[in-house]
Amino acid sequence: MATQQTRSLARFMMAPSVILLFVWMIVPLVFTLWFSFLQYNPLNPIRDGFVWFANYKLFYSNPAFLQSILNTLTIVVSVLVITVIGGILLALLLDQPIWGQGFVRILVISPFFVMPPVAALVWKNMIMHPQYGVFADIARFFGANPIDWFGQHPLTAVILIVAWQWLPFATLILLTSLQSLDGEQKEAAEMDGAGFLSRFWYLTLPHMSRAITVVILIQTIFLLSVYAEILVTTNGGPGYASTNLPFLVYQKALLEFKIGQASAGGVIAVILANIVAFFVMRAVGKNLDK
Amino acid sequence: MARAVTTQHKTIATVAAWIVALLIFFPILYTIITSFKSEQEAIQGFALIPSGTTESYSEVQAQSGYFKFFLNSVILSVGSTVLALIIAVPAAWSMAFSPTKRTKDILMWMLSTKMMPAVAVLFPIYLIFRDTGLLDSRIGLTVMLMLINLPIVVWMLYTYFREIPVEILEAARMDGASLWNEIIYVLTPMAVPGIASTMLLNIILAWNEAFWTIRLTTTEAAPLTAFISSFSSPQGLFWAKLSAASTLAIAPILIMGWFSQKQLVRGLTFGAVK
Repeated sequence: MATQQTRSLARFMMAPSVILLFVWMIVPLVFTLWFSFLQYNPLNPIRDGFVWFANYKLFYSNPAFLQSILNTLTIVVSVLVITVIGGILLALLLDQPIWGQGFVRILVISPFFVMPPVAALVWKNMIMHPQYGVFADIARFFGANPIDWFGQHPLTAVILIVAWQWLPFATLILLTSLQSLDGEQKEAAEMDGAGFLSRFWYLTLPHMSRAITVVILIQTIFLLSVYAEILVTTNGGPGYASTNLPFLVYQKALLEFKIGQASAGGVIAVILANIVAFFVMRAVGKNLDK
Repeated sequence: MARAVTTQHKTIATVAAWIVALLIFFPILYTIITSFKSEQEAIQGFALIPSGTTESYSEVQAQSGYFKFFLNSVILSVGSTVLALIIAVPAAWSMAFSPTKRTKDILMWMLSTKMMPAVAVLFPIYLIFRDTGLLDSRIGLTVMLMLINLPIVVWMLYTYFREIPVEILEAARMDGASLWNEIIYVLTPMAVPGIASTMLLNIILAWNEAFWTIRLTTTEAAPLTAFISSFSSPQGLFWAKLSAASTLAIAPILIMGWFSQKQLVRGLTFGAVK
């Protein structure tokens, strides 16, 4: 075997991917890091200059910054709770023998393929609209007052929309994992007289734990950067009530041109994502060793 | 007796599953229904039977030139996916068939680039695009989407290629196949399904990408994500038109998605759940 030759060929084949991703990762990030220490406003450049950590101090002195982080975490945690619990229940249901299983699966998975702006606009106008939405129709049918979702519970509304988009993902992955559960084990447990709950707790749940971890981790990455759903529904408001970190960075950078503050927000977002990424890598890495 | 219990169990499960599934699918269904209503009908309260008019569809095209956005979506999603495949296939190939000590580290590092939040690099990318004239250009956005999906493409291909048994290659070599013949007749047929699934999933992801496609375009290169977002500005209640535009925007990808459920699990979990 011409190992030397093979090895250099392999290196040559990998080079484009590695170089591209390296440049894509490092160059803009270095810019952002540098900008985050500057007062930098293209619209008002007189006061531009190096300000050390002043932009970062905003994160505990300016309520908007603190609230954006809180909102980011609220979105992530709430959507995770809804989709993981809902996903487990749905996966258990779809794993039963039912008529038309293929079609039911198609219906359940569909929201995942709807692009975020469409999902958000459909929910905003046709489902949650305080006058003409389906929810309002239902409320009036029962003689209740329709809820003004985006005026009074903007963050809840965003969470509901995002959860609708991600519930199919969780369900699909948990169902896939559930279907790989050994049927013989289930039967044995049944023969031993284990009830549904104890079977679920001692057999099914441990079997699914890996898939649940994967769902939590991967969703967290995407949920940390929810953007289009906020842009087309509440536009971050009222006030900063539904502004998350990505949305705040966008506002500061492209609407107010406060580049320094936006960059500091970006760096914080990287740190948040890295904390999650650390655990994702461990989970995926374990799988590679097998 | 046991059979009767099973049938009863199956009936209950079926009814429950269908109710839940229809509830989840309802917003999509209602969008499709509303797209066949007139604007007056659309705000007249809950109704599942539309009058069946298709005027919203023709108006969406006439007023906003819908087809241009659709075409941009196709060009951007297919273009970026093909570009990513061209770059990723050799890389995944060499990692799967001649792995080194560092292969795993490189794979993990590639995955880590996917974890970087887009907002963190929003302004630098915006500057670079502006200064190089790439803002609102199809080329710029194609490259952008390619970079975003490149890690997933490499990963998916790698997990597929790794399942190709090396023994078959060795057998072909023993039979005196040249490298070229080996690639054409032995490897390619086994690699095509994996490449096809990777392509499918990544077209879906690129089609639905809704951060860069909205922020880096204005009119010329704007795909459907940007077009639909423009409906968010309060310009009156055009729900039938909004529904028609939405239905057209999600239909192709919905159908592709239905065919790629299995690959979806694998691609989005980086092979961790199969």
